[in-house]
Amino acid sequence: MAPILDIQNLYKAYGQTEILKDINVSIEKGDFLVLVGPSGCGKSTLLNCIAGLEPITGGQLNIAGLDMTNVSPKDRNIAMVFQSYALYPTMSVAKNITFGMQVRGVDKATQEKKLAEVARQLQIEKLLSRKPSQLSGGQRQRVAMGRALVRDPALFLFDEPLSNLDAKLRVEMRTEIKRLHQDLHASMVYVTHDQIEAMTLATKIVVMKDGVIQQIGTPAEIYRTPANLFVADFMGSPAMNLIPAKVHQDGNARRIEITRDGEAPLVLTDRRGLDLPQDVIIGLRPEDITDPASRQGDAIEIADCMVDVVEPAGADTYVVSRLGGKEVTARLQAETDVRPGARASFAFDLAKASYFEPKSGIRLS
Amino acid sequence: MTDLSATQGAGRPWGRIALRWGLYVLLGLFALYYLIPLFVMVTTSLKSLEEIRSGSLIALPREVTFDAWTKAWANACTGIQCEGLRPYFWNSVFMAVPAVMISTVVGAMNGYVVAQWRFRGANVIFSLLLFGCFIPFQVVLLPMAKMLGILGVAGTIPGLIMVHVIYGIGFTTLFFRNYYVTIPVELVKAAKIDGAGFFRIFFSIFLPLSLPIIVVSVIWQFTQIWNDFLFGVSFSQAGTQPITVALNNIVNSTTGVKEYNVDMAAAIIAALPTLVVYVVAGKYFIRGLTAGSVKG
Ligand SMILES: Nc1ncnc2c1ncn2[C@@H]1O[C@H](COP(=O)(O)OP(=O)(O)O)[C@@H](O)[C@H]1O
Ligand SMILES: [Mg+2]
Repeated sequence: MAPILDIQNLYKAYGQTEILKDINVSIEKGDFLVLVGPSGCGKSTLLNCIAGLEPITGGQLNIAGLDMTNVSPKDRNIAMVFQSYALYPTMSVAKNITFGMQVRGVDKATQEKKLAEVARQLQIEKLLSRKPSQLSGGQRQRVAMGRALVRDPALFLFDEPLSNLDAKLRVEMRTEIKRLHQDLHASMVYVTHDQIEAMTLATKIVVMKDGVIQQIGTPAEIYRTPANLFVADFMGSPAMNLIPAKVHQDGNARRIEITRDGEAPLVLTDRRGLDLPQDVIIGLRPEDITDPASRQGDAIEIADCMVDVVEPAGADTYVVSRLGGKEVTARLQAETDVRPGARASFAFDLAKASYFEPKSGIRLS
Repeated sequence: MTDLSATQGAGRPWGRIALRWGLYVLLGLFALYYLIPLFVMVTTSLKSLEEIRSGSLIALPREVTFDAWTKAWANACTGIQCEGLRPYFWNSVFMAVPAVMISTVVGAMNGYVVAQWRFRGANVIFSLLLFGCFIPFQVVLLPMAKMLGILGVAGTIPGLIMVHVIYGIGFTTLFFRNYYVTIPVELVKAAKIDGAGFFRIFFSIFLPLSLPIIVVSVIWQFTQIWNDFLFGVSFSQAGTQPITVALNNIVNSTTGVKEYNVDMAAAIIAALPTLVVYVVAGKYFIRGLTAGSVKG
């Protein structure tokens, strides 16, 4: 079966300014694709291109196997939820949801039936006669979702649908969107600048920067093996520790030497036999620098470091040290007895380490 | 310290009250200054000629009579005809009502296009329309006369309607454009995905939002067109003159005794429709001018 969405060599320019460069993505039915990247990197533009709200400058865009070049938004079998919700201000909630059906000439009985169905699904039955201005942010969000759901499209498009909600509501709605995706087996493209949203929702993530795709992969792939320094730094919170280091060959082992202020360098051994140049940047997630007691294995290297700052965060305690001229964050158990200004022992899990070329930022091996 | 704050505490309310009263007195004086001419007009129009000649200008009428009003409305002379303002009043109505409606509708369409369908050159076109607002009347008189002649509507009410529509579009476009740019573009995008086209989006989504700015446009255009004299006097002929031109003729063409009471009544009749429009819709006018259109 043809992919639900297939984008090849897509370019998009506004006048002389190229916004999207050589985009290649495709998703299968039931995929939840999340486009993630910093503000202004072209995520919304790409979504608008998929919706047909913006013409593309070059390349190919297919939905359900059909070329979309000359197909208008209404005929693409898509539905879209916007950041500002874009509810029609003078229409009631019911009218907002049925407007599309009305425009398309769907008969009254079907309209009523679908409206009731969606209203029950989203628990907005009591709001149907209200105007958008009489709704809270979360309620507006639900109505906007209802307008999309009622279309039963081949592809759902979401443009930062949760970014106007407060933190608690955002988490609730996130779960609800995920449940909706599971229940409907729907195909979705979801734009966000929030990497946590991306990790929790996606079956497939596209990381973008300045209109260029940095990496495509499952959340686990993106998290474990970031393709470059940008992805490594952008995905994950607290961010991956990226520390400049020197590599010494020692048979099959690599000794990774990290400088320290006023102390002998820290030396860690990676036994995976990777092909590494002399200068690298080593990437270690905070959870891969942890209490020696909690982690065992061949790849674990124990070392002492000076502790700068201790940040309890409830479930975990984050501990900051200075290594290789960088602040390095370790994630320890909540009830650790590590104190700032004292030395402490850490377990470095070298099996999880990533290496990057310092100049280009590209992942090594 | 305590002394000082005590005296201040006592002094402050008195100072505030004095200031408040000073302000009211000043505002009252201004209001009076503006109302006196109206007062004189109304009282004079209700007096007989005898009384005007013998009495004082600001005195109330001893005997109220509507003769002057009847005469101004039905049989005062404008030049050789003596039919009063009535036919000209209707000329103005037949000119102003369609002109206001057409220019408002066209302005709404223009504003919608310029603000929400940002095509190539939209800004240039908008700038040119805006520039149209600043062209003085006198500059367009001769070219307009020529145009009306070519189109065969010189000296007719449709001709006048056309002139006012063309002259008003710049303003009405500006009103609607500034109102519609505050509406998020995502609204149009959502409607497009819902399957609505250009006109459907305009009539189903934008027009229902537009009441405040429609009121602004209507008041502005009605006032401009009803009160216009220059276009009226330039582009009309004997049977098609608007009320402003007729008023001028009544006041200036009386031979013999000057009938101040008739002149005043005629002036009030000529001004009445704009007054009524303001009183009825003025509240919306202010609201429309300051409206931040849409939330949510
Ligand atoms: N209509 C437009 N004309 C010109 N430039 C635009 C237009 N829309 C967006 N851009 C530019 O394209 C870039 C990407 O915008 P956008 O896709 O909205 O980013 P994101 O959604 O990732 O924050 C931005 O630099 C923005 O200034
Ligand atoms: Mg965006």
